[in-house]
Amino acid sequence: MACLLEAPLRISVLSEVTATSRHYVDRLFHPDPQKVLQGVIDMKNAVIGNNKQKANLIVLGAVPRLLYLLQQGLSSSELKTEVLGSELRTEVLGSELRTEVLGSELRTEGAVVLRTEVLGSELRTEGVVVLGSELRTECVVLLGSELRTEGAVVLRTECVVVLGSLAMGTENNIKSLVDCHIIPALLQGLVCPDLIFIEACLRCLRTVFISPVTPVQLLYTDPTVIPHLMSLLSRSPRTQDYITQIFSHCCKTPEHQTVLFNHGAIQNIAPMLISLSYKVRMQALKCFSVLAYENTQVSMTLVNVLVDGDLLSQVFVRMLQRDLPIEMQLTAAKCLTYMCRAGAIRTDDRCIVLKTLPCLVRMCSKERLLEERVEGAETLAYLMEPDVELQRIASVTDHLVAMLADYFKYPSSVSAITDIKRLDHDLKHAHELRQAAFKLYASLGSNDEDIRKKITETENMMDRIVSGLSESSIKVRLAAVRCLHSLSRSVQQLRTSFHDHAVWKPLMKLLQNAPDEVLVMASSTLCNLLLEFSPSKEPILESGVVELLCSLTQSDSPALRVNGIWALMNMAFQADQKVKGEIVRALGTEQLFRLLSDPDTNVLMKTLGLLRNLLSTRPHIDQIMSSHGKQIMQAVTLILEGEHSIEVKEQTLCILANIADGNTAKELIMTNDDILQKIKYYMGHSNAKLQLAATFCISNLIWNEEGSEADAMTGCQERQDKLRELGFVDILHKLTQALDPNLCERAKTAMQHYLA
Amino acid sequence: MSGQSSGCGFLMSVVVHGDSALNEQENELNQQLRRLYPAVNELETPLPRSWSPKDKFSYIGLSQNNLRVHYKGHGKTPKDAASVRATHPIPAACWDKHSYGYHGDDGHSFCSSGTGQPYGPTFTTGDVIGCCVNLINNTCFYTKNGHSLVCDLTNHLSIFVCPQPNLYPTVGLQTPGEVVDANFGQHPFVFDIEDYMREWRTKIQAQIDRFPIGDREGEWQSMIQKMVASYLVHHSYCATAEAFAKSTDQAVHEELASIKNRQKIQKLVLSGRMGEAIETTQQLYPSLLESNPNLLFMLKVRQFIEMVNGTDSEVRCLGGRSPKSQDSYTGSPRPFSSPRHKASGSQAYLTGFDGGCCNGVMSSKAHPSPHSHKPCPPGPALLAPAAELSSLNGSHSLQQPNASTDVDMEVDHFTNGVTESSSNGFFNGTSKHGAQTEDCDTDMEVESAQSKRQLCGGSQAAIERMIHFGRELQSMSEHLRRECGKNSVNKKMLKDAFSLLAYSDPWTSPVGYQLDSIQREPVCSTLNSAILETHNLPKQPPLAQAVGQAAQCLSIMAHSGSGSCAFAAVDDYLH
Repeated sequence: MACLLEAPLRISVLSEVTATSRHYVDRLFHPDPQKVLQGVIDMKNAVIGNNKQKANLIVLGAVPRLLYLLQQGLSSSELKTEVLGSELRTEVLGSELRTEVLGSELRTEGAVVLRTEVLGSELRTEGVVVLGSELRTECVVLLGSELRTEGAVVLRTECVVVLGSLAMGTENNIKSLVDCHIIPALLQGLVCPDLIFIEACLRCLRTVFISPVTPVQLLYTDPTVIPHLMSLLSRSPRTQDYITQIFSHCCKTPEHQTVLFNHGAIQNIAPMLISLSYKVRMQALKCFSVLAYENTQVSMTLVNVLVDGDLLSQVFVRMLQRDLPIEMQLTAAKCLTYMCRAGAIRTDDRCIVLKTLPCLVRMCSKERLLEERVEGAETLAYLMEPDVELQRIASVTDHLVAMLADYFKYPSSVSAITDIKRLDHDLKHAHELRQAAFKLYASLGSNDEDIRKKITETENMMDRIVSGLSESSIKVRLAAVRCLHSLSRSVQQLRTSFHDHAVWKPLMKLLQNAPDEVLVMASSTLCNLLLEFSPSKEPILESGVVELLCSLTQSDSPALRVNGIWALMNMAFQADQKVKGEIVRALGTEQLFRLLSDPDTNVLMKTLGLLRNLLSTRPHIDQIMSSHGKQIMQAVTLILEGEHSIEVKEQTLCILANIADGNTAKELIMTNDDILQKIKYYMGHSNAKLQLAATFCISNLIWNEEGSEADAMTGCQERQDKLRELGFVDILHKLTQALDPNLCERAKTAMQHYLA
Repeated sequence: MSGQSSGCGFLMSVVVHGDSALNEQENELNQQLRRLYPAVNELETPLPRSWSPKDKFSYIGLSQNNLRVHYKGHGKTPKDAASVRATHPIPAACWDKHSYGYHGDDGHSFCSSGTGQPYGPTFTTGDVIGCCVNLINNTCFYTKNGHSLVCDLTNHLSIFVCPQPNLYPTVGLQTPGEVVDANFGQHPFVFDIEDYMREWRTKIQAQIDRFPIGDREGEWQSMIQKMVASYLVHHSYCATAEAFAKSTDQAVHEELASIKNRQKIQKLVLSGRMGEAIETTQQLYPSLLESNPNLLFMLKVRQFIEMVNGTDSEVRCLGGRSPKSQDSYTGSPRPFSSPRHKASGSQAYLTGFDGGCCNGVMSSKAHPSPHSHKPCPPGPALLAPAAELSSLNGSHSLQQPNASTDVDMEVDHFTNGVTESSSNGFFNGTSKHGAQTEDCDTDMEVESAQSKRQLCGGSQAAIERMIHFGRELQSMSEHLRRECGKNSVNKKMLKDAFSLLAYSDPWTSPVGYQLDSIQREPVCSTLNSAILETHNLPKQPPLAQAVGQAAQCLSIMAHSGSGSCAFAAVDDYLH
């Protein structure tokens, strides 16, 4: 009994109530099966709509007994022989009854005959129950082939109905039921041929599985369950309704999607989209939205499915019609969105541009319910995230940018005064609305400068972002920082609104002890704020951000390492000696070289970028090389020898070129024959970019500075001589004939310096 | 100027520099416009279909059936801007006050003033700009390339319909060489206006469905039952009325005998036996026709028409056919009878509200509109029309190709499945009470074997009788004029009836519609109402009145510019 007496205070209350409930449970243990059945039926009537009674019965141990009765019936075949004498009789009576039932209106009489003549005491009620509930067709089936197990079926069905009723109560009830292993018992029940019983089991399973407290995995533990559920889909509209609901709620991971997909979910569920029952259509639609979400395999299959001669996408588009229930429009739009994002539908397809997108924009309108507005905005944000054209269309459709400003007005001042219920409702959705709006703004502004401008000019937008960054809800903070990140791609906004509203302050605060997903966004935004032209760069530097960024480079998450080193790289760009020194000190050479062997190419690239920025002006080059020259040369050698992309090697050669630009640092190259051989190799490389970078390097080595000291001149002469010896002049000469104009130009300049 | 009544008002789109072909069939356009403006009667309020060659600046040139606009000015200053407006309003407009615009160069909108506010994106060559006026919530919005630019945040785009709010579609241009093509519905719009209309239709219907009835329990139901019962009594469906009254526990306010009398007379009228109908009326209600000479005159004119038709009993007996030939369904099968029909006990069916029933509402028309003949919903005994009733026209149509038009027309108003053969327009009958009364049988006796339509059934004696009757009618008319003064209705009625004789085949003549059995219905209804009035009973059943009232309300709404009426046709609620 999992939920037994959580608080001592309730003991006395419970003991009183349980006394009156006890007899319900006691009756389940009666030796006479007829009495047991009546007991179950009475229990059913007692618990309907009564949460207290449900809890009582659970506490009193009704669940294990009900499950016992349920399973007992399933396994025992005793009943069959007990009740009905012979097979022959059954068949005769079965068929006799069938004709009677179908042919005329002697329905009730058929039952009477059945009751008195054929079936023993146990089946008496059954006949009445079945016929009373007007399930004529089921009745025929029941009485025809399944007469044998009927008595058991009724009891079992009633047991499941009671269990289902208990599950309708509180989450604690569900927990107790799950703890009693109700799920395997019910799944086992699905092998029974009786439709009414199957429907009862599925209904109960549905109620259990849609609860957030039920572990989804329980559906997948027995590998025979999913295929069996698929086969039950054709049994009745009810089985379709319940099973698709179960699927929709239990499909949480790509693995789940794959399991369902592999068992033919698409082929089995697609015909339900044109079912006569709205419920079935709706559940099928929901199921597809869950299956297609971020799943290329499912989405690619979906676009080719035909339902009654129509492509599935056309069926979905029809479900977007404005006179259909909002729930259906919204879910159909989700399906199309997911298919589009998975690449199954082009972003310029009419059904996306003229149907799905406008539908989602409508979902954001003030007329919709708050929940619908949240879902609409989130789905729309997801739809247009990668496509600037969709962003442009959405930004003008129905004044979306202005419409979203309304998302921040909950709870409204009106609701607070007039209506407590409304206030409660507003409060509950306020966070969700804000985060959805931020997400949508982020998506809208991710590419187009004009849209970003429009967003920042929306009433109080920057203030809203700033306060969003420090909201209690993590979801809102994350969405706000995403929005800020999107807007931070604008040079103009960085220079103006970002600085005016000092967004760096809450951003810095957010970076302290935030969860990884927030950190990724926040640090990425910080990278942009640290760009050279950003007026926020200075105050951020003064706030001591270097330590924080250095710690990010040690994170396990590659995204955070990239952002940390990227920010440092931006920070080091054209920075003064003090800042550069601080970076090198805080990062430490050890960490710097660890990053140079990072498995993530992005990290490596940004680290090389940082090095390049550190090694910029001549005094800085000489200073850093004098203290870290050995390690840097080692690292450079390593990278040039390793298996790296062109970009990495190019960046590395650029670092060498910077080193070659130093006064004293030059010698580190000149004295390293290995490196000189490598430069030579890259000057003859098939890739023009690498040739250019290598030529740059040589060009810097042979450079003779105008007006420099005579001894420097001598150094220059020595270098030129050595390089000539090594055959560089010939190579330069050859490069003056190169096809690439830049390369050609560079080689010519270098040659001129030789001549000088 | 009256307002317009379309739900979505006007929608047009313009293609800047487009070059679409503009030679659409007029018909297609009419159909398209009907879909777009469900409640607009173009006879009263014509819709804009093209630019007006009159209402334009001289810098504007028109081509392509007045759908293409090009600018001929030099466009140097704002003074050089020129505009053109459509032939008809949506209703309302002018340039500055009460006008609304969307400018391509800055994307601003202009509402009743010369200064614009930021509204939407700019537009230019190749863009398709649409404008939709919603007369339900009195707003207007524009579309660009099929994307709507609805603005529901502020009121600055709302149009508050003034007493004379006629909005003309208008375009203005200021760039030399600029060309604008307009689409007033000639082509499908880029913006999915149908879908937008569907949403509003659903909204309006939901509003109607949710309208609170808000009274005490059961009152609503009993009122509906009363209406149904009174309707049945009014049209003399005695058996049905009795059964209905019994099962709903109501009292019938008219004696059964009286109902049956009326039923008898109606049946005679509807089977074209006017002479007998008049006679029976005079017997049963001696003072009625005496005190109502105009009614008598109308009946007599109808009798004359039926004589021409060969259906009136006076000419029929002369035509060598027994007026009381009992060939009927009691035993011998008839060519078109259905066994199912006979098996069922009582048959009553009706086509709903004829012109007379609704005449408080609808102006009487030569051809009643198909919509006024919807099958009526309630009543347990309302089954499908019987097949044999069609035998008269049905057999004719086999030989007379022209007659098929009649059949087509009538088929329209029978919507309940047996239409293919029931074209007699004969709708009032509890006729299957077997041998209950002799009269009841007579309506069935029309010879299906009659081979060809001939004047007065083809008998010379009958023709003479008809001519003689016509003279009597003429003198009665003169007498009436002396007594009661001129009556243009009577005069026209007589003239139309006599005109039948001017044609060799009156059935196919321009006045041939009078011979159509459907024309018996208004006569029948008028007579029925007159009888009821003498008994101090309402001359119209409350049900018909309610339907008429609803229809009238809608038309008043249409005239007063209340757009929602477009999505609330009475027919939608008569299933």
